[in-house]
Amino acid sequence: MSVAETVSGQVSFIPVDGSTVAMQLTGIWSHDASIKPVEQVLMDLSDFKNLKLVLLRAHDLAGWDSRLPAYLLKIFNYCQTQHIEVDASGLPEGAQELLKLARAVPERAGARRTAQQKSILAEIGKAVLNGLKDAKGLLAFIGETLLAFIALIQAEARFRTIDIFLCIQDAGPAALPIVTLISLLVGLILAFVGAVQLAMFGAQIYIADLVGLGTVREMGALMTAVIMSGRTGAAYAAQLGTMNVNSEIDALKTMGISPMQFLVLPRMLALILMMPLLCLYADLMGMLGGAMVTVSAFDVSLIQYYNEIQKAVDLTDFGIGLFKSLVFAALIATAGCMRGMQCGRSASAVGDAATSAVVNSIVYIVVADSVITLICDRLGI
Amino acid sequence: MTSAMNTPHITVTNLTMAYGDFLIQRDLSFTIDHGDIFIIMGGSGCGKSTLLRHLIGLQRPAQGDVFYDQQDFWHASDEERVRIIRRIGVLYQSGALFSSLTLAENIALPLGEFTHMNGREIADIVSYKLALVGLAGFEDYYPSEISGGMQKRAGLARAMALDPEILFFDEPSAGLDPVSARLLDDLIVSLRDTLGTTIVVVTHELASIFAIGTNSVFLDPDTKTMLATGSPKKLLAESSDAKIIQFLTRGESNANKSA
Repeated sequence: MSVAETVSGQVSFIPVDGSTVAMQLTGIWSHDASIKPVEQVLMDLSDFKNLKLVLLRAHDLAGWDSRLPAYLLKIFNYCQTQHIEVDASGLPEGAQELLKLARAVPERAGARRTAQQKSILAEIGKAVLNGLKDAKGLLAFIGETLLAFIALIQAEARFRTIDIFLCIQDAGPAALPIVTLISLLVGLILAFVGAVQLAMFGAQIYIADLVGLGTVREMGALMTAVIMSGRTGAAYAAQLGTMNVNSEIDALKTMGISPMQFLVLPRMLALILMMPLLCLYADLMGMLGGAMVTVSAFDVSLIQYYNEIQKAVDLTDFGIGLFKSLVFAALIATAGCMRGMQCGRSASAVGDAATSAVVNSIVYIVVADSVITLICDRLGI
Repeated sequence: MTSAMNTPHITVTNLTMAYGDFLIQRDLSFTIDHGDIFIIMGGSGCGKSTLLRHLIGLQRPAQGDVFYDQQDFWHASDEERVRIIRRIGVLYQSGALFSSLTLAENIALPLGEFTHMNGREIADIVSYKLALVGLAGFEDYYPSEISGGMQKRAGLARAMALDPEILFFDEPSAGLDPVSARLLDDLIVSLRDTLGTTIVVVTHELASIFAIGTNSVFLDPDTKTMLATGSPKKLLAESSDAKIIQFLTRGESNANKSA
């Protein structure tokens, strides 16, 4: 900071005659120099009446960098609006040249943006319109996806079969470790939470029922869906978004290949095929986690736990869990692919796409889960 | 600005560049003087941009040294290297503007970090730099809202923000129309003339090479080393190497000979 205080540039005005004033620049005009704010200098200039010509004099300048032309550019612009001539011949040659360059391309009319105060009503209206546009986009995307699936059924869809396998690899086996860890722990937690209550009645054996039904009907599908929306849904949005930024999606369109068939279809198919399998696996892991707690801490043998679960959980429960995971898969793939395809053309837009893909799919998942659970309750299954 | 013209600014000695086992170029030795407009040229894939990455500290040489004003760049301490890097500005091929910041914020970033100016003074410098590259009034635009050529010019405004001693350009005229490319060349020359900036340009635009280049190095992808260094015009007039002549004449002299 001490350097900043010692370096300074000065500006002074010397009236030459009634309509001419000389502007004397001395000292060092560098980035770290302290210099009188240009707004004050413009005020001083406006005090001169009938000003027709400003002479810039900088013969005694000790040093300068971009600060000098940046400063003078404002003076030039001001004088231009006031119809005052500026004589720059007293400036260092380099500064004259730079100022000439800076003024070579005039500001494009209408380019500058002015901040506007918007009323709350306008903001609300805009939000509503945006919401409608979003809903329309979702409907359009679902429609296009259905068309792509119809093309698939008619065996007219264009995509590379290998892509499906790559997507399956990515959405299935590659997700096993994280699904294992999370489901095991969720089973463990369920068992502990239930055990504390059930042990009060000496009914530890029913931990098996709780864990079994909890994971198979609910937690298995839900946890896999949450994992996959963060893992795969976000990845879909980011991949497709980046392809959009690189004009790769445009390239596909101009080749006459539908990006919906070529990019979205394999991803959707992969996720829809893999999610039920992952869900089954998560169910197994959840029950295993529950067994670890029940057997080790609550005086229930593994055989008892196994028998009790077999009694409590029937095929319908598995069916409900699998159905949910199928719905969730479609929702995650839709949110991820849609946000990716709608992505803007900048790096930050890709980030936004990934974020909103995850947020959307989690909202969709929880809403869908509630609806399905409610329906099952009404139907009594 | 203080150093005299025609004294070495960047010296490269026996530089070998490689990605792991894959050799890009070897035994590069050349000198870039203060005030030079130095062209790094050669066919596609010969390692021009890789050489640039070695000069600006993004990639460590497999062998050899780079000196800035006699100071060994790659053997300097981290702080010294940062100090050297702060004296250079780089215009990347596609501008490399931060897409989440407006043009003004992009240019203001280094000014705010490394100078003591207040917001208003920085805004003045930003307006001036944008005017210099012909983008007056575009302060509040995001990079995605302007064309590729404008992005490139805005990238140049950011590279020049701190009045660097050395400016590096990676393919400056790629993606520009001929008139804009010419204006950029003019700007490069006046930056050298007015501020004494040393300029290093990676390019294969012949028009630019002859219009602005005062010194150059020619990299060859086949032999994986440099074939010549010196003023491009002089190379064209005096070189006996068929590859260089072919490159500098767009292969037309060869066609004439065989015809």
